[in-house]
Amino acid sequence: MQKLTNAIVELIRRAATELPQDMRDALEKAHAEEESGSAAKGALDTILKNVELARENVTPICQDTGTPIFEIHYPVGISTRQIAAQIREACAIATERAYLRPNAVDSLTGENSGDNSGIDFPTMHFHEWDEPDIKFDLMLKGGGCENVSTQYKLPNTELDAGRDLEGVRRVVLDAVNKAQGLGCAPGVLGIAVGGDRGASYIKSKQQLLRPLDDENPESELAELEDRILDEGNELGIGPMGFGGKTTLLGVKMGTLHRLPASYFVSVAYMCWANRRASMRVADKEITYA
Amino acid sequence: MRKLTVPISEDVIRDLTVGEPVSLSGVISTGRDAAHKYMIDNFIKTEGNPPDSEHELYNELKRILEDGVIYHCGPVVQQTDAGWRFVAAGPTTSIREEPYQAAVIEHFKLRAVIGKGGMGAKTLQACQTAGAVYLHAIGGAASLIAQSVKDVVAVHKMGFGVPEAFWIIRVEDFPAVVTMDSHSNSLHDQIKAQANTEFSKLIEH
Repeated sequence: MQKLTNAIVELIRRAATELPQDMRDALEKAHAEEESGSAAKGALDTILKNVELARENVTPICQDTGTPIFEIHYPVGISTRQIAAQIREACAIATERAYLRPNAVDSLTGENSGDNSGIDFPTMHFHEWDEPDIKFDLMLKGGGCENVSTQYKLPNTELDAGRDLEGVRRVVLDAVNKAQGLGCAPGVLGIAVGGDRGASYIKSKQQLLRPLDDENPESELAELEDRILDEGNELGIGPMGFGGKTTLLGVKMGTLHRLPASYFVSVAYMCWANRRASMRVADKEITYA
Repeated sequence: MRKLTVPISEDVIRDLTVGEPVSLSGVISTGRDAAHKYMIDNFIKTEGNPPDSEHELYNELKRILEDGVIYHCGPVVQQTDAGWRFVAAGPTTSIREEPYQAAVIEHFKLRAVIGKGGMGAKTLQACQTAGAVYLHAIGGAASLIAQSVKDVVAVHKMGFGVPEAFWIIRVEDFPAVVTMDSHSNSLHDQIKAQANTEFSKLIEH
């Protein structure tokens, strides 16, 4: 198998220092919509300037470079152990180059490993597929927004939320309201309905890899995504929780089969610094997106 | 946008109201969890009589913090031939300092605390009695804020680790928003109340 370490370092550099175009467009649009002189407009102005500076100077957009989460699709016959080793190596190099902050702390000793390596760190999920290429999707998930991510078990009496999409709508809006500005709004929501608790959380994060304009093939879910986006913005929490028109920039939802006894709704909150990048390794060529 | 220059007078602070964007210049200190606990243990619990070993730093901090500013930040720094440089320096979540902040504001006569996420009732009360404000920096704007840090004047208590040390820095046009003023107003409380009202409407049958 070809050596991919340097290519993965480049993938990390892109994710940490260059905000994807769809996120930049969404932030520009939000900036145009907020009132002149408002704290919301000022916050978005600062955010947009920061995004440009980070790109020009090749420095991290945010000092919290988060948990690196890799989703890897690979063809038959590729060693996932070798890919994993190269990802770990690439994370250490990216840390040395200050694309990543040393962010992996031993939960027992409190010691920082210094190179973003550790037990189940970084996060990697491997999926075998029929295509001949290897595809890497990387997301950097910050700690502030991870702390406001949450999971509900339906029915929820307090919110009068039953085991249906109306119940899902209710608990998701509750999560947005509880988060206020603490997840570094305006944010993007990844939502998963169903699964066991663990699978549900993973699925909710995977939703965040979808581009903002990606339309859900399931029409009921597409409608609910749009509705939650509108209603979340009606809460008026605004950028950084300063008040304003834009609290959410996107809502993406997926489902998993569940046990008859369980109905989980997981909400992955992603901050405005929605850092994701992908890389495709073909026979002779590596392309980034 | 209102420009604030350290040292800041009480009159200037009393004139600020929540929601107002400001641009801050002057010499300030970073301080987060370890720094706040240290100040409580050595300066405040001892009623201004720190152990001999801490006298020098006490006098230095009094000079910087009186009519001054403390910033909740754990920076990413780089050591160069010319000295220390701030690479990324966004705010950290402030509420962790809630048990200490009021006493620190009152003891040192601080005029402003910068961080993110806002603080609680005890700090809001101290802002009113002592004449101080809470300034909200933009979370995640690490590159931009690092650019507003023009000099690292000194660093104290490096033993706490890079993120936790007192970094004495000179900033120019540091952007922030007043979210807690000296008249008992908290933008965070206001926004939360409004959002709760909207939320109730969205989930009523």
